Amino acid sequence: MTTRYIFAGSGGQGIQFSGKQMAKTGMHVGKNVTFLPSYGPEMRGGTSNCTVVISDEEIGSPSVSSPDVLVAMNLPSFDKFEPKIAQGGILFCDSTLVDKKSERDDIKAYYVPATGLANENGLLGFANVILLGVIVKVTGIFDCADFEDYLLSNIPATKTALIEKNKKALEIGYGLEIE
Amino acid sequence: MSNKVLMKGNEAIAEAAISAGCLYFFGYPITPQTEVAEYMARRLPKVGGLCLQAESEVAAINMLMGASAAGTRAMTSSSSPGISLKSEGISYIAGCDLPCLVVNVQRGGPGLGGIQPSQQDYYQATRGVGHGDLRLIVLAPSSVQEMASLTAEAFDLADTYRMPAMLLADGALGQMMEPVDFSVFPKRELPEKTWATNGHGGARKKNIVNSLFIDPNELENSIRARYERYAKVEENEVRYEEYMTEDAEIILVAFGITARIAKSAITEARAKGVKAGLLRPITLWPFPKKRLGELADRAKAFLSVEMSMGQMVDDVRLAVNGKKPVSFFGRTGGIIPSVEEVAAEIMKLAESL
Amino acid sequence: MKTVFDRPEALSDVPLHYCPGCTHGIVHRLVAETIDELGILGQTVGIAPVGCSVFAYNYFECDMIEAAHGRAPAVATGVKRTHPDTVVFTYQGDGDLAAIGTAETVHAATRGENITVIFINNCIYGMTGGQMAPTTIPGQVTTTSPYGRKRNVQGSPIRVCEMLSTLDGVALAARVSVDCPKNILTAKKTIQKAFRNQIDKKGFSIVEVLSTCPTNWGLAPKDALEWLRQNMIPYYPLGVYKDGEAIRDAE
Repeated sequence: MTTRYIFAGSGGQGIQFSGKQMAKTGMHVGKNVTFLPSYGPEMRGGTSNCTVVISDEEIGSPSVSSPDVLVAMNLPSFDKFEPKIAQGGILFCDSTLVDKKSERDDIKAYYVPATGLANENGLLGFANVILLGVIVKVTGIFDCADFEDYLLSNIPATKTALIEKNKKALEIGYGLEIE
Repeated sequence: MSNKVLMKGNEAIAEAAISAGCLYFFGYPITPQTEVAEYMARRLPKVGGLCLQAESEVAAINMLMGASAAGTRAMTSSSSPGISLKSEGISYIAGCDLPCLVVNVQRGGPGLGGIQPSQQDYYQATRGVGHGDLRLIVLAPSSVQEMASLTAEAFDLADTYRMPAMLLADGALGQMMEPVDFSVFPKRELPEKTWATNGHGGARKKNIVNSLFIDPNELENSIRARYERYAKVEENEVRYEEYMTEDAEIILVAFGITARIAKSAITEARAKGVKAGLLRPITLWPFPKKRLGELADRAKAFLSVEMSMGQMVDDVRLAVNGKKPVSFFGRTGGIIPSVEEVAAEIMKLAESL
Repeated sequence: MKTVFDRPEALSDVPLHYCPGCTHGIVHRLVAETIDELGILGQTVGIAPVGCSVFAYNYFECDMIEAAHGRAPAVATGVKRTHPDTVVFTYQGDGDLAAIGTAETVHAATRGENITVIFINNCIYGMTGGQMAPTTIPGQVTTTSPYGRKRNVQGSPIRVCEMLSTLDGVALAARVSVDCPKNILTAKKTIQKAFRNQIDKKGFSIVEVLSTCPTNWGLAPKDALEWLRQNMIPYYPLGVYKDGEAIRDAE
């Protein structure tokens, strides 16, 4: 089983963080993983994306032309990558920032108002973590508790506020009833 | 849990170098390898070493030459345009029989080119880095784990044969993260550096590190002596990986990141009943020509897959030596070939057989 | 019988290849005497340039490295930074130090590399046979400035010591001459100071030595010395341009 993800959005939304977090958790639970960031001036122009492959087998290409899962956190990312999602793939979209819907009937699409939810809950900058919660729950790729453990283990124990915010954002993601 | 850490290829190079006892780094920033220097700048002062940012690539390679001449394990790292600038120094280092590591995290060329991954410096690394008759040991990692293990290995090879080694990676390997385990790198028994210019202390005759021989006979003799060492490298240090070659009719030859794509493409082709396999050179010099020659006795065709307009394919043709057809597929300018297009190329080749 | 004059231990017992009347031999001797007097032969590493003094590696009894054209200060940096207990000097000509190696010179100086640089300025490329140097003075005829160096064509020469004296990493920048015994004595003292500075960890020390090139100037040795006095010293005034210690941060 191999799952290929593209995370895409704007600089500052935590796109690279999300990708790395998925890869790290994959590594910890014994899977093969690759994480490939976009780099160079591309990163500085405001857009950001990365590719993550999580697999039970040896990973061939770390670069992905048609992802199984797309996480789109702004409109340009939606426009660029939505047509490339593999048949039977999944789209996760921050519907606060992307006011479009996919017209494809060969993929599953989840529209999560992640940025709105983050702002309402005093979690400015944690929309990506809310989305991670949704992804983990919907795809079932990781145990929710495992994922939370590995996420929080990156944060120094002294930064209690940060730990709480991450926890809360994840819980919002896990708890969402999504169609 | 294992000893694995998730790490960028560039950082894995730096960490592996430090574990291999390299405490001196001389470099100049260039995308997509800058993380090597940044990592060294963070870590080396804490372990009693030094990371010195030079005024130019030219100065950096010459600082490395000085460090190496004085008998110190040291390295530099750059990306394609920077390696062109270092070529002069690499030639002197080779001509002075000095060991060191030069890392090239390749990007697209020619000229300023681009910053995306490429394998366009194959000729430069294996044929033309610097003037004169010379060779580098060229190692081509294809994972972050190998970025680490081959870095460590490169230092030992360089010391063993008293010649510069190059780690030839690319922007994708440099930037991507993968789990890497630093706990097990084999170590070699290394010769003492009796030639080092670090002050004779009155205890020995003076040493001279030099590449100048005004008398052509002397120069020829020095080159021939060096080529005897090169012959030993060719005899002892060829490294490659084979994947599904046992029954393969079509053998892909690919190195670095491209070899991984080739593996995935081979899986796709096999699913469609085409017997494909891969020979992945790990040493680009010395090139695994003997093994390719053997495979040419039983395979039907070869396909060199590269991120260039076709450079290694020349070596594949030389090794196959006309026994079987050799074709080429490549993307260039910073584009990583997709699994689908490589698989399509295999299918096309299979139909033509 | 008492020996009153001998070859310094640091100077190899081999014939030098320099042309008759060339002052390289004098400067070699001054450097070798200094190494002897400071008792540092066993810890000294010399870096030879590309240019007339390319064979300097055969003339000094310390460990020697032959560098690429202009790169001696970078090579010296590599030796000194990895072996701080060595005494490292470069011996470079004007083309090497002030043309193709300008960047290496300036940046080694501004980093305050704790090395000693002996800079031979003779206003011409000697080894390649008399071409224009970065220090060729205005009006001077060379094979590549056959109508005389013109500022509006070839630009003005570089005054290296003046330029480097502005840099915080420089401990000593001094210009001397070896045209007469008095100046030779001053040159010797200055070279000694440049080496002692290194032992005292004071930073980058450069001694620019005005030298002659009778062959490529087309002058008899004695006339060449006179030409140096008449033409070079007015353009390149002798003296100490900086004498102190490199500015550094606390460890």
